[in-house]
Amino acid sequence: MSSSSTLTLPFDETRRRGGALSELLSSDMPRSRALSLILLAILVVLAATPFLFPGSQPIGTAAKICVFIVLVASYDLLLGYSGIVSFAHTMFFGIGGYGIAIALERLGPTWSSVAVGLLAALALSAVLAVAIGLLSLRVRAIFFSMITLAVASAAAVLASQLSNITGGEDGLSFQLPPALRPAFRLLSEPLFGTAVNGRLVAYYLVFFVALLVFLMLLRIVNSPFGRVLQAIRENEFRAEALGYRVVAYRTAASVISALAATVAGALMALWLRYNGPDTTLSFSIMIDILLMVVIGGMGTMYGAVIGAALFVLAQSYLQVLMEAGSTALAGVPLLPNLIHPDRWLLWLGALFVISVYAFPGGIVGRLRQARQ
Amino acid sequence: MSDMAAEPTAATAELPRAKTDWLPLLLVPALALLALPFVGSPSTWVTLTVAGLAMGMMIFLMASGLTLVFGLMDIINFGHGVFISLGAYATLLVLGPLAGWALSDSIGLNLALLGLCILVAMGVTALAGAVFERVIVRPVYGSHLKQILVTMGGLIVTEQLIHAIWGASPIPIPLPQSLRGAFVFGDIVMERYRVVAVVIGLAVFLGMELLLNRTRIGLLIRAGVENPEMVEALGYRIRRLFVSVFIAGSALAGLGGVMWAFYRQTLTAGMGMEVMVLVFIVIIIGGLGSITGCFVGSLLVALVANYVGFIEPKLALISNILVMALVLIWRPQGLFPVARR
Repeated sequence: MSSSSTLTLPFDETRRRGGALSELLSSDMPRSRALSLILLAILVVLAATPFLFPGSQPIGTAAKICVFIVLVASYDLLLGYSGIVSFAHTMFFGIGGYGIAIALERLGPTWSSVAVGLLAALALSAVLAVAIGLLSLRVRAIFFSMITLAVASAAAVLASQLSNITGGEDGLSFQLPPALRPAFRLLSEPLFGTAVNGRLVAYYLVFFVALLVFLMLLRIVNSPFGRVLQAIRENEFRAEALGYRVVAYRTAASVISALAATVAGALMALWLRYNGPDTTLSFSIMIDILLMVVIGGMGTMYGAVIGAALFVLAQSYLQVLMEAGSTALAGVPLLPNLIHPDRWLLWLGALFVISVYAFPGGIVGRLRQARQ
Repeated sequence: MSDMAAEPTAATAELPRAKTDWLPLLLVPALALLALPFVGSPSTWVTLTVAGLAMGMMIFLMASGLTLVFGLMDIINFGHGVFISLGAYATLLVLGPLAGWALSDSIGLNLALLGLCILVAMGVTALAGAVFERVIVRPVYGSHLKQILVTMGGLIVTEQLIHAIWGASPIPIPLPQSLRGAFVFGDIVMERYRVVAVVIGLAVFLGMELLLNRTRIGLLIRAGVENPEMVEALGYRIRRLFVSVFIAGSALAGLGGVMWAFYRQTLTAGMGMEVMVLVFIVIIIGGLGSITGCFVGSLLVALVANYVGFIEPKLALISNILVMALVLIWRPQGLFPVARR
């Protein structure tokens, strides 16, 4: 592409100005002081959770946030950058989870079974993503949404019915490789009062793989390939007229996104030592992902970090707040029902609708606007 | 739809009649006949076919509103499923005070109860549809991406509201006394309720076809599908037409919801979304926006699911997807592609 050098001039400028950090973030800086601070805080807290907060619930929440950051960021590549809505993202998430679960259960708890499971899952995801993309992306984007919904539900049904392979509704519990088990001691002495055991190793495995995949996704959306995706999102016909094969680019985007989701699923299974339909495949997770992307900010990547962190925290801790509110309002008709702890999704749903209308850039877009 | 393109009124009488596309219509009987040798016994075949037709009719009731709205307004409503749930829950408004009617043996009283449930449910969902159109959908006319997102948001919120109003646990609803059980003719078993479903489904289909092809409103709707600007230029308020079609579509979902609720005999807020997968498959098969296609697609999907479920149960789980893939390979835009798009 000979014209791209003139087109991406500002892009090169920022790269030269930014230095190492800019290089690491693929020149896509947060561009807002508040946003930078929040992201830094999330990064530091996630990195230090095992040492900051004792107990198993905080570390579990942190691991879940890491996994969902990858999952949501990969979805953002599709929704925010390519402008296509897929409902099959949980299917790829589930394939990753089942890949690890089945391999570790059948082949025994070794690192080579982890590799086999992950590679098989990645291959299956890639094939499925290409097939769905070629079947539906060439017609109309709206077909893609409906067909992915249908395929995802078929996958969920299959997973629960093929119980001799997948464990059905009960899912699969399995043993991890020895280095990831709680009994394993990396250091004999506790570090800052926290035992350095296999659980900690597992957490940092999740954390660093998630960080790495996130930075890779950031790199992809800021590459010339990512620019083409955004061009297609903005104007399909113009992109086609410029000589980009829209179907090929969209299919490639959905494959990359599927692969990242598969990795996220594998991490989830490794962390939980379990995989079942409810943890990776259910439609409610798909809705959660949608909420996280849109509330965090579509087409920003950093929105995935904020959306996932906010959502998982809300899931774990907002209900406590609502519980208090609900008991305070006991006696008023209907109102306690509306802020009953189980209705937290109602408020996030409302926030979602408002986000789509009022600030399409989500929280990240809002913060960036505030700076200007 | 080609069979709707030309109407022999005085002005167009000299025009040649548009060719009817018979091929997809023949699919359903062809499929039924094809299945006969595989099923084996004719009595089982009749039972399976009637059950499948009933299932198909219920899917059609739930899907018709969605495809109608899409055809006319180019709006894809992923929140359609929640109208199905809402319609189902609205039966509680009738079943609560009139519980005695469901227990009585009189078939008249039972059918009256069903009719009343349908009327109330359609009223409730029509109202909800009007609100939904105004609050959720109207700001995002023209952008499919936003429509999908916003209607999903509307779905989440409405589903949670159902939870808040009626509680989150599943609610059992009894089928009226005389609609339980089955008609038995020799070896042939037909569940009574399924027969009722077939009758209602056929009535709605014929009613819609008549309305669309034989009335002035239908003429305007079809014209609106082809060219909304021209209809507006001729002095009709296309906006009002749009809104009323959206409301009618929601009411049809409510009707489908009642039928579906009595079939399942339990109410859950997620029941609409569960069946939406089938609904989407059906309208993709039929061609987005086509009522006839939606009807044929519903019957096709339900019959295939029934036959395959009988012959090779493991395959039944993905039979819908297979049917969809085959149809899309044959006709990438669905059985009856709507001309404009």
